[in-house]
Amino acid sequence: MSTFKQHSILPGFNLALGFTLLYLSLIVLIPLSAAFIRTAELTWPEFLAIVTTPRVVASYQLTFGASFAAAIVNAVFGLLVAWVLVRYHFPGKKLVDALVDLPFALPTAVAGIALTALYAGNGWIGQFLEPLGIKVAFTPIGIFVALTFIGLPFVVRTVQPVLEDIESELEEAAATLGANRWQTFTRVIFPALFPALMTGFALAFARAIGEYGSVIFIAGNMPMISEITPLLIITKLEQYDYAGATALSVVMLVISFILLLIINLLQWWSRRRSIES
Amino acid sequence: MTAITYPLSPAARKERATQEPAWVRWSLIGLAFVFLTLFLFIPLISVFYEAFKKGVNVYLAAITDPDAVSAIKLTLTVAAIAVPLNLVFGVAAAWAIAKFEFRGKNLLITLIDLPFSVSPVVSGLIYVLVFGLQGWLGPWLAEHDLKIIFAVPGIVLATVFVTVPFIARELIPLMQAQGTEEEEAAVVLGASGWQTFYHVTLPNIKWGLLYGSILCNARAMGEFGAVSVVSGHIRGSTNTLPLHVEILYNEYNFAAAFAVASLLALLALVTLALKTLIESRNKHHNKQRGHE
Repeated sequence: MSTFKQHSILPGFNLALGFTLLYLSLIVLIPLSAAFIRTAELTWPEFLAIVTTPRVVASYQLTFGASFAAAIVNAVFGLLVAWVLVRYHFPGKKLVDALVDLPFALPTAVAGIALTALYAGNGWIGQFLEPLGIKVAFTPIGIFVALTFIGLPFVVRTVQPVLEDIESELEEAAATLGANRWQTFTRVIFPALFPALMTGFALAFARAIGEYGSVIFIAGNMPMISEITPLLIITKLEQYDYAGATALSVVMLVISFILLLIINLLQWWSRRRSIES
Repeated sequence: MTAITYPLSPAARKERATQEPAWVRWSLIGLAFVFLTLFLFIPLISVFYEAFKKGVNVYLAAITDPDAVSAIKLTLTVAAIAVPLNLVFGVAAAWAIAKFEFRGKNLLITLIDLPFSVSPVVSGLIYVLVFGLQGWLGPWLAEHDLKIIFAVPGIVLATVFVTVPFIARELIPLMQAQGTEEEEAAVVLGASGWQTFYHVTLPNIKWGLLYGSILCNARAMGEFGAVSVVSGHIRGSTNTLPLHVEILYNEYNFAAAFAVASLLALLALVTLALKTLIESRNKHHNKQRGHE
């Protein structure tokens, strides 16, 4: 026991840790293990057959493609928004800063119906895109729009604190050494922001992969075309295909765990960077 | 002569060296505004516009409809159970993690964060696998006439799952930063464990607790995917507000759907306002502490 825990005069360790482990086991670990244990009842070829049918593969391609595109857009514009919020002064800045977290606070179903109404052919934004031949609602582009919305705060909120902490002396030194603003940004500021930017990108991507609520309203949900993997799980469940739904959810879980691992590594990298500087 | 060769004051020159020209500044601000307007402001405004489009009477009728009222009640009930449970969990986890050194701590922190990286749909499905008719405990539950899936307990469980990390991840860094000296002093002076927690720790973490609870509550009331899997969508009985929005929308009753959605949007705005308030209070507080 002495090697497991360092001595402390504070009480309550056993109770607090015991309760934490019990709660986590009952709420998180045992239910999660159910997905893996139920899937283990399938043979390997059965499992592979379920998770590689053309309809399922099409849903992976769509989910990953749209999530990746949305995360890229969020990385670019998230960096821009964080920059503008940290570096510049303009009227309404505090309000904008507070509203950036809206996608975290707004229930996904509300976001879903609002975006659908906006981007439908007769919607506020859709009516301008329709004559150009661009259909957003009920197409894969709509999925991209919804995923961009829900991923918006991640990059802003990971880059913002790092940008605030960058010492102005670094930039002054770069300027003294003859760098212009663009060179200072690309050679001094951007490298310092890069780990945080990647972390934000990975968080937005991971969130987008599993997203359901905001997507299903705007997606159109056509098999092979605009059907995301989480929706396919629900569809299988509604057809009482428990083995199929469980196998697909195991695939999603494994992907989430890998992404979680990558995000932890990125955060570790990001912290080490900021300690070094 | 020197004044002519260096027309800018040293401060102005420094500013020019470390700031972008005005046109670049305003273009960047403008571009950020266009993006935020398209993806943030317009969607938010459109919820309220669509909700009131057919008039105040339609709006009021939609949110006072018996099914809507029962959805509001269920949503409040679910949050009233899920938030306190995760509050107790968050405090216990943060006490163990922040005040003690033990092996496997980082693994424990990762496990607490796990629900954030699980798809909402999968979060609901795993409870079906445990408590559903085809699940591990399904036959036993059916024998004893207990219903968890497609009933309120399932909705509560799925909501608790997706909101597990909120309060814990707010408290852990806060309590780690505060260290253990104050608590140790209290214990040395003869305070019991609970006295130490109540009189020393709790006053230090109350704002963090409130902050985490507000975020936890917003997610608990707004969760859609996980709840959708376990609810069974029984009107007036197992429908939460977000599920009620979906049903109305799928019935092409758009005005009513947006009316109910506007209640949730209002909740989101109140959440953001409280969050900002606590953040600015903490910033102010930290500054004062720094000056002491």
